[in-house]
Amino acid sequence: MDIHEYQAKDILRGFGVPVPRGHLAYSPEQAAYAARQLGGQGPWVVKAQIHSGGRGEAGGVKLCKTEAEIKDYAASLLGQQLVTKQTDANGKGVYRLYVEEASDIAQELYLGFVLDRSSERIMIVASAHGGMEIEDLAESDPDSLVRSVIDPAVGLAEYQARDVGFRLGLTGMQVMQFTTFLKACYRAYRDLDAMMVEINPLVITGAGDLIALDAKMSFDTNALYRRPQVEALRDASQEDPREAIAADNGLAYVGLDGDIGCIINGAGLAMASMDMIQLAGGQPANFLDIGGGASPERVCQAFRTVLSDRNVSVILVNIFAGINRCDWIANGVIQAYREVGIDLPVVVRLSGTNVEEGQKIIRESGLPIISADTLAEAAEKAVAAGAQKIAAE
Amino acid sequence: MAILIKEDTKVVVQGLSGRIGQFHAQEMIEYGTKVVAGVTPGKGGSTVLNRPVFNTVREAVEATGATASLLFVPPAFAADAMMEAAEAGIETAVCVTDGIPAQDMMRVKRFLRRYPRARKMRLIGPNCAGIISPGQGFMGIMPPHIYEPGRVGIIGRSGTLGYEAASQMKALGVGISSSIGIGGDPINGSSFRDILELFENDPDTDAVMMIGEIGGPQEAEAAAYVRDHMKKPVAAYIAGLAAPKGRQMGHAGAIISAFGESAQEKVDLLSSVGITVAPNPSSMGDTVARMLGSRETA
Repeated sequence: MDIHEYQAKDILRGFGVPVPRGHLAYSPEQAAYAARQLGGQGPWVVKAQIHSGGRGEAGGVKLCKTEAEIKDYAASLLGQQLVTKQTDANGKGVYRLYVEEASDIAQELYLGFVLDRSSERIMIVASAHGGMEIEDLAESDPDSLVRSVIDPAVGLAEYQARDVGFRLGLTGMQVMQFTTFLKACYRAYRDLDAMMVEINPLVITGAGDLIALDAKMSFDTNALYRRPQVEALRDASQEDPREAIAADNGLAYVGLDGDIGCIINGAGLAMASMDMIQLAGGQPANFLDIGGGASPERVCQAFRTVLSDRNVSVILVNIFAGINRCDWIANGVIQAYREVGIDLPVVVRLSGTNVEEGQKIIRESGLPIISADTLAEAAEKAVAAGAQKIAAE
Repeated sequence: MAILIKEDTKVVVQGLSGRIGQFHAQEMIEYGTKVVAGVTPGKGGSTVLNRPVFNTVREAVEATGATASLLFVPPAFAADAMMEAAEAGIETAVCVTDGIPAQDMMRVKRFLRRYPRARKMRLIGPNCAGIISPGQGFMGIMPPHIYEPGRVGIIGRSGTLGYEAASQMKALGVGISSSIGIGGDPINGSSFRDILELFENDPDTDAVMMIGEIGGPQEAEAAAYVRDHMKKPVAAYIAGLAAPKGRQMGHAGAIISAFGESAQEKVDLLSSVGITVAPNPSSMGDTVARMLGSRETA
């Protein structure tokens, strides 16, 4: 689960990480007032709060010299969709702005904490060249990356933090500050079940102090049950509404660009079915894992979710029942025809537990359901039916 | 002989008293698996499916001589239950539970390192369908009838895609020695490499089918192991060619977030070390059958 920059900074400040002073604003007037509250002569930085990186390049961050400039900029941004190179073509809605005092930047570093899947531990990734995306950094200057893996039984040791600091070229008091900075970030990661903490850039000011100019945190959704303070930071406006509704109904759904809607059980089989569709010459409209023990009601809900995507021209149901039962799935498909109202071709492939009963129910339903026996046949029939449907329109 | 579960393997079920634990334990017993006891803290002394239930894994092991444990324990308590099994001397634990926090698994993996190699519990999963040695026994939630006994090993992250492979193989008359689901989480007990090593050393396995997916470094580690240490032929399929970068595909671990984690990169790497990669998920059985056939004629 992602949170906003201002929320991440609030959290990190609480753990002792130095961050610039700033205030949140929901309107141009509030943004101007936030600047006044911060005091001084400015300039101030106004930053769009969206769940995406690349905001600067997309025009979502501006250095403003006057309150009037802040108001104008805020008015032009609030309520708009901001498209960055990390978002899809629709972008993310800007409903919150963060107004900060401007910082005096002498040097920009990169600092990240991630779950390293090789060592199966939390790993620090840092670079003396901050301000650019870590992926670009890994490509353009891989030798600049400093990595250090943390033993969960010990935590981040002082010597380890110092070592990272020295390898980044820091000296004297800065290394001491950096050690404190690093340990605070690590505690935030560990204590709140984060999956990622990224400070990019971590700035060394003209006075030689360290400060987190930007901050990004994402969290382990599996641990939200014990982190209610993190769950409270969820912002539904930044999520795909279809994905949010699907998740609330126990379905794992990811919207994609194609036209073949997928209802599958199991993440691996769902991915494989998408692959098979692509190999057959089509494009999947979504990833959807209906999960184990799917009731007819859940099958119905899956149809609703897939049909909420207007690009869908055909639906492929592919079930290999282990804990699931083919007869329940078949009844769910028929119920969906009745309750949801389906006017698209539906291809159904059933296999596993109670497959004969399931196929019988489909056959005797009198509905125009296209049956398939294998994964390949199902994908080919779906692609053919989709092409026919589009040609007919 | 098979690996990890054999006909004489004595199994305890942690969470036997629950509805799901009971349902699957019943299936396991009907299949012939030696389920000898259950463990549910606070329910010690009761009986479920004619098996005694104990308060602790230690008591269950002392009373029954069980060497394997299957965990149907809710996510919040699963890590603790795994550590309890390890401390009680369980040799093989299989955890089906989906949704365990990553840092809990980090702690479990660190905990398991306190034991010397000979005494260290082998953990399979979490978030997996389980393990089966067809005709001998199984621990998990899979439909056992789709697995034909034979001499090919299967390792996979996904449950249902593993079923797909097993049934394709069965349709072609290719049987299975053991099928091991290692699970879809980013931190899991055993990797592809760990299980490949078991199959390489198993006299009853002739070849291995490995079913990977996008995300994580474990397919790359497996490729290095196959190149350097394996004599048996390995086939593979990698799911997620059509998956976009940076989006989680159901499994917590199925997300492309670094170099080498996309399906195409993994396919290229596996092919480069001589692994036969199935061109699509409908030809997993075919690929294995042809690999076995070409080996016989060679």
